[in-house]
Amino acid sequence: MLHQLESFARNSQSATGLALQAVLRKVAATEISRRGVLKGMSGFVLAAHFMPDTAQAFDAYPTQGLNMPHGVRNDPHIFVSIASDGQVSIVAHRSEMGTGARTSLPMIIADEMEADWDRVTIVQAEGDEPKYGNQDTDGSRSLRHHIQPCREIGAAIRKMLEMAAAKQWGVSDGMVEAIGHQVIHKTLGTRIGYGDLAESAMALETPARDRLRFKTDEEFRYIGKGQIQIYDLHDITTGKAVYGADVNLPGMKFAVIARPPVVGAMIKSVDDSAALAIPGVEKTIQIPVSPLGSKFKPLGGVAVIAKNTWAAIRGRDALKIEWDRGEHGSFNTPAYEKELRASVAQPGSSVRNQGDTEKALQSAAQTLTYEYYQPHLAHAPMEPPAAVASFKDGKCQIWAPVQSPYVARTDTASYLGLKPDDVRVNVTLLGGGFGRKSKADFATEAAFLAKQIGGAVKVQWTREDDIRNGYSHTSSVERIDVGIDADNKVTAWRHRSAAPSFLSTFVKDEGRQHEIEIGMGLENLPYAIDNISAEQCKAYAHTRIGWYRSVSNIPRAFAVQSATAELAVELGKDQKDFLIEMIGPDRILEAKASGLPGKFWNQYEPQEEFPFDTARLRAVAELAAEKAGWGKTLPEGEGLGIAVHRSFVSYIAMVVHARVEDGTVRVPEVHVAIDCGFAANPERIRSQMQGACVFGMSAALHQGLSFENGEVQQGNFNDYAMVRSDNFPEVVHTHIVPHPFSVHATGVGEPGVPPFIPALTNAIYNASGKRIRNLPIDNQLA
Amino acid sequence: MKITVNGVEHTFEGDLSTPALWYVRDELALNGSKFGCGTGLCGSCTIHVDGEAVRGCLVSMEELDGKSVTTIEGLSEDGNHPVQVAWRQQNVPQCGFCQSGQIMQAASLLKTNPKPSDQEILDSMSGNICRCGCYQRIVSAVRQASTGA
Repeated sequence: MLHQLESFARNSQSATGLALQAVLRKVAATEISRRGVLKGMSGFVLAAHFMPDTAQAFDAYPTQGLNMPHGVRNDPHIFVSIASDGQVSIVAHRSEMGTGARTSLPMIIADEMEADWDRVTIVQAEGDEPKYGNQDTDGSRSLRHHIQPCREIGAAIRKMLEMAAAKQWGVSDGMVEAIGHQVIHKTLGTRIGYGDLAESAMALETPARDRLRFKTDEEFRYIGKGQIQIYDLHDITTGKAVYGADVNLPGMKFAVIARPPVVGAMIKSVDDSAALAIPGVEKTIQIPVSPLGSKFKPLGGVAVIAKNTWAAIRGRDALKIEWDRGEHGSFNTPAYEKELRASVAQPGSSVRNQGDTEKALQSAAQTLTYEYYQPHLAHAPMEPPAAVASFKDGKCQIWAPVQSPYVARTDTASYLGLKPDDVRVNVTLLGGGFGRKSKADFATEAAFLAKQIGGAVKVQWTREDDIRNGYSHTSSVERIDVGIDADNKVTAWRHRSAAPSFLSTFVKDEGRQHEIEIGMGLENLPYAIDNISAEQCKAYAHTRIGWYRSVSNIPRAFAVQSATAELAVELGKDQKDFLIEMIGPDRILEAKASGLPGKFWNQYEPQEEFPFDTARLRAVAELAAEKAGWGKTLPEGEGLGIAVHRSFVSYIAMVVHARVEDGTVRVPEVHVAIDCGFAANPERIRSQMQGACVFGMSAALHQGLSFENGEVQQGNFNDYAMVRSDNFPEVVHTHIVPHPFSVHATGVGEPGVPPFIPALTNAIYNASGKRIRNLPIDNQLA
Repeated sequence: MKITVNGVEHTFEGDLSTPALWYVRDELALNGSKFGCGTGLCGSCTIHVDGEAVRGCLVSMEELDGKSVTTIEGLSEDGNHPVQVAWRQQNVPQCGFCQSGQIMQAASLLKTNPKPSDQEILDSMSGNICRCGCYQRIVSAVRQASTGA
């Protein structure tokens, strides 16, 4: 996400991997002469299809990965090394926060290179994008952007091993074949292990792509099978896995920080005498306050430096700080909600204008208005932010659970006035991320304090710090006005959104949303209605806003899918049938015909490769409904609800079965239908869908940050509650639409969240007659 | 005061109000027990005190004088406690951060109630939050560890 924001100002070509560029230039040159087919992306020319002479290939296709800062790298010498005993080391350059990326990408390389997974060691990359290519683990794109380069790396290594063996035997490459961690002489049947070939093979230059043979789908050993367990499974279950706070350095100090209770609040006075009197507390250090709009700079405040974490916590609690609350000190949630509702009552700025929606609304036989509210939310990963840093001889080293280690490195360097080369960021496992750990303010805090004390320090955020001082998910009011003609046909759909933007975290807040936020379900309603308009209405931020698992898709899916079900009820139609009717004929959404001024945002993925195909949207809705037994008779107090949403270029439908009893909702079953293109690791797709349902249920039932005079009122899991094992979506069935590799892999980590909430609230309506329009549900069913 | 951790006796002379969690993490570098909330609401720090599951963030060193503490690192010699084995077979973890606490809670449950009902499993595990949402597999793993199937 961040990199996409930054990439506007960049020259994508210079930021793209050199090795890859060479391959692409070669491919492009071949294509120009052969077919004259070119695909342009941001001034970067590449071709999508080519067929090498030598063997079976997969058709290369462009993704937004090429345009990310530092692009994608496919240099096998950077990602793979082989020891003389045959042990293969594969670099994981993406962060692991629970999605399985750290396992799945190396698994793809291992499969394509015919390595035995039991002889693979994964090496976590430090933050170094010039070397590894883009590392920003965000936007549900690790597989989407890196499945091709990983296959290229694996196929190149396999080829190099084969070339080395052929040379040793004095035969042509065609006489040998790599299989199962060894190369076999095809006629003699003699074998050489990868370890024995390692030195000579790895000394070879990377073969050109057109000399590579790629596996057919049928030849995959691990890819698409879901049989590989996550690499860290044993360490996790024995307590050995290393997360941010689990790094210890000799002589390390421990820090806990009192941050401004209101963003941008300035310190008027500090009395640290009581803190310093606590045994183990050594000193306090002030960190400069950063106002709203300071990107990922530390919030500032007063750090307590101590001999252990407990002393630091007690010391922080004993600080007496007077704050000047500043311009956001009058931020109050009830008033803000009213402001947002007032904002959508007025016309906003148009982001889509198909047909003549205003005229159609005026001439409609009936108009219906639906309005939905969702409060700010906290990411609340299980691991609160924590980081370790050391500073010595003008150089800083950090160990931190960050989603974007290179951004953490460059931001920290800039904050400390160092060169990026003088900062190293080592990536630990992340105890959950959900977008919070894209913003490495906590790592920069540790680096700042390490520099101040000239040594090593661990910064530990408490849960209260995490909930009160994070980057909130946007709050929003979404209003939908629908026009219906005399024949009960929907003729107009106007969607207005008022939600503070994450732009306010980067630049001066102008009260408007970024194209990314608009692109997440506001501009791309996939309904077959003649007149559709979408507008964004003013909303200003009064707290740090940051993207949160699935971002603006959450309020959009909640609004659109709730309104669709409400409309079906109004018109006396079956909710699933009406949803399918709204989706309409199978077609590819086209921006111009949809009334967009430019292109669909489309997660920045090229439209030609990742089109919005309503047939796939319809298909998942039908699949989920069929599997759930839509239409079956349920006992009193129970109901099914359906919702579908496309995000992160994946299509997901859910049917939630809800039971409402004594003011409490329970979810005995969920059927998820997901079309994420080629499913590289079905086992992790299922775990992500189970997790998305729990994540969505927590937000729907319990969660909301409320502000009083600029301060977050919640602080821990008592008042910012999570779904627990005593009431969770008990059985989540995940139905994955099967596709060959040629149907591009899309995204999995985030898109499960948006459809869950409206599917649940629609199910609640069908179970109890109670329509939820404001989140969280909390005690609305009582 | 004296405390036994994973079978090894230690002497502690620091602040007796220190929660056991920070003692095992900061003093003994036993980092498997995690800090998630500090108020006994999430269970990430679950340890055993004389065999019983307690929240390491709530129990102070003062209360542990002469007691025997087991952390995830000491749950089994080889990492193959039936709960750990079941956890791996069910592919429970996503990010993994809460899993030490979940496993310690489940091991304690099965020690006192080797064949819990599904409801007993849900009730016993409800103090342990998993933000990634692995509950379906957690329940399956506890059931597997209890029944062997």
